[in-house]
Amino acid sequence: MKSSEDIQNEIIEEFAFLGDDREAMINYIMELGEKLEPLQDLEKVEDNIIKGCQSKVWLISELKDGKVQFTADSNTAITKGLISLLIRVLNNRSPKEIIDANLFFMEKIGMSNMIGSQRSNGFVSMIKKMKIFALAYQGQLQND
Amino acid sequence: MQIDSIRKDFPVLNEIVHGKNLIYFDNAATTQKPKAVVEALNEYYYHDNSNIHRGAHTLADRATKAYEASRENLAKWFNAESSDQIIFTRGTTDGINLVAATFGKQFISEGDEIVLSTMEHHSNIVPWQMLCENVGAKIKVLPINEKGEINLEEAEKIFTDKTKLLAVVHVSNALGTINPISELTKMAREKGASVLIDGAQSASHLDVDVQKLDCDFFVCSAHKMYGPTGLGVLYGKRDILEKMNPYQGGGEMIKEVDFEGTTYNELPFKFEAGTPNIADVIAFNASLKYLQSIGRDRIREYENDLKEYGRKRLSEIGSLKFVGDADQKTAIFSFLLGNAHAFDVGMMLDAKGIAVRTGHHCTQPLMKHYGIEGTVRASLTFYNTREEIDILVESLIDIDKKLN
Repeated sequence: MKSSEDIQNEIIEEFAFLGDDREAMINYIMELGEKLEPLQDLEKVEDNIIKGCQSKVWLISELKDGKVQFTADSNTAITKGLISLLIRVLNNRSPKEIIDANLFFMEKIGMSNMIGSQRSNGFVSMIKKMKIFALAYQGQLQND
Repeated sequence: MQIDSIRKDFPVLNEIVHGKNLIYFDNAATTQKPKAVVEALNEYYYHDNSNIHRGAHTLADRATKAYEASRENLAKWFNAESSDQIIFTRGTTDGINLVAATFGKQFISEGDEIVLSTMEHHSNIVPWQMLCENVGAKIKVLPINEKGEINLEEAEKIFTDKTKLLAVVHVSNALGTINPISELTKMAREKGASVLIDGAQSASHLDVDVQKLDCDFFVCSAHKMYGPTGLGVLYGKRDILEKMNPYQGGGEMIKEVDFEGTTYNELPFKFEAGTPNIADVIAFNASLKYLQSIGRDRIREYENDLKEYGRKRLSEIGSLKFVGDADQKTAIFSFLLGNAHAFDVGMMLDAKGIAVRTGHHCTQPLMKHYGIEGTVRASLTFYNTREEIDILVESLIDIDKKLN
């Protein structure tokens, strides 16, 4: 399996290919979001929600064979696409890998410029939540 | 209107955003500033920078005269009885808070009622809620119909002998509805209540005459009138302003201070504590003069044409649903595009160089009324054009294909 750094570099390359074409970037992000498996309505509950500025994001995780599996959904197509990038980088990794992951791709692809600082904060909340899940699983593994 | 010449007065309209010519349709949030306003700021800081009213030197005199000239012109703009009824604030929100903290605290008490409308901006809800928590008064809400208009028959039932204040928005920032202020004021007056009008969205688009409106308070913001940010105006009726205690202490609001006690200054200085926002007040006058040079009637006529044209063109998009479609409204279009989230539509318009606002527009109770999270809002003004509306419509058709 590729390292989280390798995957991030792949994402940076993909976005570099789009150049400065904002419409192409948004279209690409939305395409990525469409590929993400949608959550069931019964999973879109308050407990799973991470509130952003204007969009809703639902995040679910589970530990399978020592690896964390993430699934997520959003009520906006663009946000869903952005989440799919995070999942691509962090999914199916050990809790320790997730905790230690240095996420640099967002800055390199100019995400904060694109979505604005307030919405970037929502994205940071998402990363925090993924790391918190990983920390909890790490504790669980140590106790087992 | 000489639209090409007007657009040249607003340098920001030549910006290129994501490789496209900027189309600025977020005027309800803040308007762009003509060169005259920016130059007035420069002039003040380059040549006249000085504190006002008390300096015994030339610069202080020049600054004071320019500052007070702005007040005079605002009184003229709103047809106030006198310029000392024009109080400079930090903006509409600050003006409402001032009235809540002074008039509200003094004249509203337990069991009294404050009447608001469903379409109020948070700035005209929260200060009254805070007051109600302190004094034990109650808020009552004027209902609206599907088109986003206040139902006058229902409204009449809201006012009671306990009503002490009607605080209502003149033009809804989220829907563009022009409210029937005169009728509502009459209802409030019949019950002996006072009236505050939130004029943030009306001050530069409608012909506001505070005497004709017969309101006790009118509040607005300079930055929505092509002037600087962080500045606004509170107009008040003289008898009521004179009865009101000062809001903040210090600076120009005193007549005489002794450790035994303080006597307060006269209007308007009683409510202008500390060194005021001198440069911006002076630049505000430049924006007023600019509007006066074009003429209110011509602005209204032109914006009305944009409204009619925009409504017609946007209606051609099958999946577009207006949120609020009042008979009396300004050139604000609030809408949803099929099942697309407003945020996605806004981001995709931005990618095409078109600036709109998306979300709840600081009117969450209104959004709850419609059962939605938010809308896409295109708010137009006199420097916008029919051609820009055409580009918006074409862009929305393109976005509609991708999202719906």
